[in-house]
Amino acid sequence: MDLSPLIAKPTYGSAGETGRWRNYRPVINTELCIKCGECMMYCPEGVISKNLIINYTYCKGCGVCREVCIQKAIVMMPE
Amino acid sequence: MVAVILPGNASCQGCPISMAMRCLDEIENPVLVIPAGCSTVIAGIHPNSAMKCPVVHSPFTAAPSVACGLSEAYKRMGVRANVIAWMGDGAVDISFSALSASAARKDDYITIVVDNEAYMNTGTQASLSTFWKARTTTSPAGKTEERRNIALLMLAHRIEYAATASVGYLRDLKRKFRKAGEMRGFRFIHVHAPCPPGWRFPSEKTVEVARKAVMSGAWILWEYDGEFRLSKEGERYALKENRIPLREYLKQGRFSHLDDKEIEELEKKIDEEWKTILKLF
Ligand code: SF4
Ligand code: SF4
Ligand code: SF4
Repeated sequence: MDLSPLIAKPTYGSAGETGRWRNYRPVINTELCIKCGECMMYCPEGVISKNLIINYTYCKGCGVCREVCIQKAIVMMPE
Repeated sequence: MVAVILPGNASCQGCPISMAMRCLDEIENPVLVIPAGCSTVIAGIHPNSAMKCPVVHSPFTAAPSVACGLSEAYKRMGVRANVIAWMGDGAVDISFSALSASAARKDDYITIVVDNEAYMNTGTQASLSTFWKARTTTSPAGKTEERRNIALLMLAHRIEYAATASVGYLRDLKRKFRKAGEMRGFRFIHVHAPCPPGWRFPSEKTVEVARKAVMSGAWILWEYDGEFRLSKEGERYALKENRIPLREYLKQGRFSHLDDKEIEELEKKIDEEWKTILKLF
């Protein structure tokens, strides 16, 4: 018996394109950024990459990244 | 690197549980057992999964028993897996008898409790973990019952490893996950998880609220691995003069009804908790 249809598969966007939930878009000011990586570590969604590119398809716009940035290098722009 | 939890999952904006789930990357070959709760929803609905690791959804009461069975089965099959019973504070209440028995048997798996201090997934009902005097839908005038310290209670089973952690200090949390993952036997980690919708604060404040809990002394970071010690990130708050005023932490919707006298009572509770902890050295 093939049980594989019963098993859920790892999927990006298991809840859809969660970027649509966003009212504000985080934007990193590369002049102020010191590449400390705090935003990347604390982003609940894991959408900030090692080279600090934000995946807006899934970024929910929570604003946690802006709050943890000691450089105040992230601004939340209205969508 | 592909993380254990994938983006685009169902967690709310600013969710502490997804922050903690991302730290599962520190544990080798994780296999999650998840009783009902927010984490069930985050893990996704069939045929999609937000997790890259195996997940077994279990009934509320059964997570410790299922985790024990899985871990034994993996061992017999010669598979090196780190079985993790990943639950909220609600599931701790409901499965407590199984959890306690499992700890006493020294079953070989990790229990991680992501504690958002209420039954958030069913509509913010108070749990035994809910902070004193916090407003929930079942304690609309503020919780009057005691608050149970589950990590201390688990430690009293003489388990291999017990620790508290916080999503406000992810480096410390990751270290504790890593350490638990490298050990064997019954391991227990209690993660403080401030929840924006449930505690009523804006989604960007999750980390700030978590840090203020530690800085005001309301959440104590400690670890036991044969020896009891306070964690570096929080040890200075053992001294009352180093703490920030408790009202800084209480700036959440669930505490907006408190007056000065009630805040003083809360401070006393916290002082008593510290007294107990400091006796454990
Ligand atoms: S937290 Fe701020 S300074 Fe650090 S990497 Fe992110 S944007 Fe740059
Ligand atoms: S707004 Fe939230 S989800 Fe988006 S990048 Fe910042 S922390 Fe991540
Ligand atoms: S209710 Fe709280 S803990 Fe549950 S998914 Fe939402 S933010 Fe996370």
